[in-house]
Amino acid sequence: MTELLIESDRIERQYWRDLWSYRELFFFFAWRDLIVRYKQTVVGVSWSLIRPLLTVLVLTVVFGRLGKLPASGMPYPLLVLCGMLPWQFFSSAISESGNSLVAHANMISKVYFPRLVITTSSVMTSFVDFLVSALFLVALMAWYRFVPPVQVVLLPFFVLLAVGASLGAGVWIAALMVEYRDFRFIVPFVVQFGLYLSPVGFQSSLVPARFRLLYSLNPMVGIIDGFRWCLLGARSPIYLPGLAIAVIEVVGLVVTGIWYFRKTERTFADVI
Amino acid sequence: MSEDSNFAISIENVGKKYLIGHQRATGDGMRHALEGAMRAPLAWLRARRDQKVHQVDFWALKDISININHGEVVGILGRNGAGKSTLLKLLSRITVPTKGRIRINGRIASLLEVGTGFHPELTGRENVFLNGAILGMSRAEIVRKFDEIVAFSEIEEFLDTPVKRYSSGMYVRLAFSVAAHLDPEMLIVDEVLAVGDTSFQKKCLAKIASYAQAGRTVLFVSHNLDSVRSLCKRGVWLKDGRVNQDGKAEEVIEDYFNDIAVEKCQSLKNTEYGLSIQKVLLKNDQGRESNRFLPGEDLSVEIHYEASKNVKKPIFAVSILGSNGPCFASNMLLDGHIPDVLEGCGTITCTFRSIPLLPQNYSVKLSVRTETVSEMIIAYQEVAYFVVAGDLAEYGYKGAFDAHARYSTGTVVPHEWRLPDGSTIAVSLNRQTPALSGWER
Repeated sequence: MTELLIESDRIERQYWRDLWSYRELFFFFAWRDLIVRYKQTVVGVSWSLIRPLLTVLVLTVVFGRLGKLPASGMPYPLLVLCGMLPWQFFSSAISESGNSLVAHANMISKVYFPRLVITTSSVMTSFVDFLVSALFLVALMAWYRFVPPVQVVLLPFFVLLAVGASLGAGVWIAALMVEYRDFRFIVPFVVQFGLYLSPVGFQSSLVPARFRLLYSLNPMVGIIDGFRWCLLGARSPIYLPGLAIAVIEVVGLVVTGIWYFRKTERTFADVI
Repeated sequence: MSEDSNFAISIENVGKKYLIGHQRATGDGMRHALEGAMRAPLAWLRARRDQKVHQVDFWALKDISININHGEVVGILGRNGAGKSTLLKLLSRITVPTKGRIRINGRIASLLEVGTGFHPELTGRENVFLNGAILGMSRAEIVRKFDEIVAFSEIEEFLDTPVKRYSSGMYVRLAFSVAAHLDPEMLIVDEVLAVGDTSFQKKCLAKIASYAQAGRTVLFVSHNLDSVRSLCKRGVWLKDGRVNQDGKAEEVIEDYFNDIAVEKCQSLKNTEYGLSIQKVLLKNDQGRESNRFLPGEDLSVEIHYEASKNVKKPIFAVSILGSNGPCFASNMLLDGHIPDVLEGCGTITCTFRSIPLLPQNYSVKLSVRTETVSEMIIAYQEVAYFVVAGDLAEYGYKGAFDAHARYSTGTVVPHEWRLPDGSTIAVSLNRQTPALSGWER
């Protein structure tokens, strides 16, 4: 029988084994979040559809009609929805996972389980919303009789990138939120701000060439561009340096996020 | 090093420090600073300058070393704030020690709270799965034990209603039922039994006792000294973050009780009537103070009081309670031999003759009423403990299961068995009329 050693400055090697043995808990939390969400609403499942529908409508009207921004020959709603898919996922995922530890403060001070489980599982509801919106996208594409290009098979890579960005940022925020509750206000602000800063309502090709690289420092730029390229084809070309930056940033976020989380995890129960 | 693997839990020089005031200083962070800045002009006017919180070190546990072997049932005692919950949190891996280390051989299941993770919107059935998973059971395990869990909780009909509609009793029963079926190698229980009605508490205790009897390691924290006594063989008394005593449960409990009894005595005071109970001593046949008695001995309860005002016709009642409840009592209310008045210092003694009590742990409860019976001068409460010890064989008992005397009804009234073959056997704990050992009268 392997002995477990608990000491002040030791990071337990047991942790990764624990994560695996607690994998079922991950699904239990996700299942709970999904059930609870739909038990409380009258609208139910359709809420997952109404939200992207309305946002697409608003953004199309504001940026497309009123702003008359160019769309390189594509239907504006389609352009917006392709950008919205990853953004919606990212923004709701970091809100949920950022808040996950504080929301479960009681559990954290009473039961042991690897805390990463709860932070990562809170991304699941957003992922389900993402899938529902993807269905909506398919419907919209059918309506416009738009056939996606061959590079659509690369879409899973960008989905993975979006998941990585959400997890990395989420884990960072969750760990920081335990100690500094300010993030409760910072995150919604960043999300609101980010919706207009990121190329959701418009194409990133609108950004002047000399600022393009700087603009790509926002990891969502590379991801959203990638989505657009996969789904809409050559009319929304991909900007490779931007993508490279996004990949590096996402990997960095995930690695440093997990490092910081693990470093501070031992004090969660004391500080929360 | 190999001999160390015999232990289940080894706690070595563990200390745990908390920073008081820490959360205030950084938890609210920027917002607090902004608020502070906005309030600053006003604060200056009110001349309250320092919003800055200083941090104070608080050592919840100081240099604790305890070794627990497999199969031991240990009771952890201590006042509120002694560090019991902190110790359990460390063992449950919820937090990390500041100093020292803990080594654990085996899987621990912790019950620090009942119903952790229960979500009010989910039904009972769904919460069983959720809670079980949080406590560490796999889905397959929960499915397998589901029927048992539901049966134990006695809430079958309400299984599919959302938990927010449950009464607190139902909630607790379901929650405990899930936890009770964890089947761990080592169990840590923290005062969770403080909720629920008595019959359910008994059920819970019985379940925990069954783990203990099955040879599992159990750490039990409770303020209910009776339950600690009935479950645990070993006791650890934590005082102000240190191990004050570590030894046989009965001894530790007695010493612990005597320590808090000193303060309990303070509650045996009624300033309105001017009566205070200084101490309650238990004395045996020879008039010597004792906490250990033999079955059939005399037990004297000596109540030392001080009456600062004249207390008219106080009605005293003394009862003796064992692990199964009250055994017998004396009550001036019934027998009518009430003293006219109490003034100054004095004693009232109640001597129970030839107590027919089985070897067990007992408590003595006292109450004093006014002459009109309507009001309590001293509320009905525990004032002393004693133990009846003795070899039942000396009283003619031949049973093989005399360990069960600990849990049986304490009072033994002399009785006779008449068996089908015509023989008659008398059973009694009375020393004056010893039982005849033999099959024929």
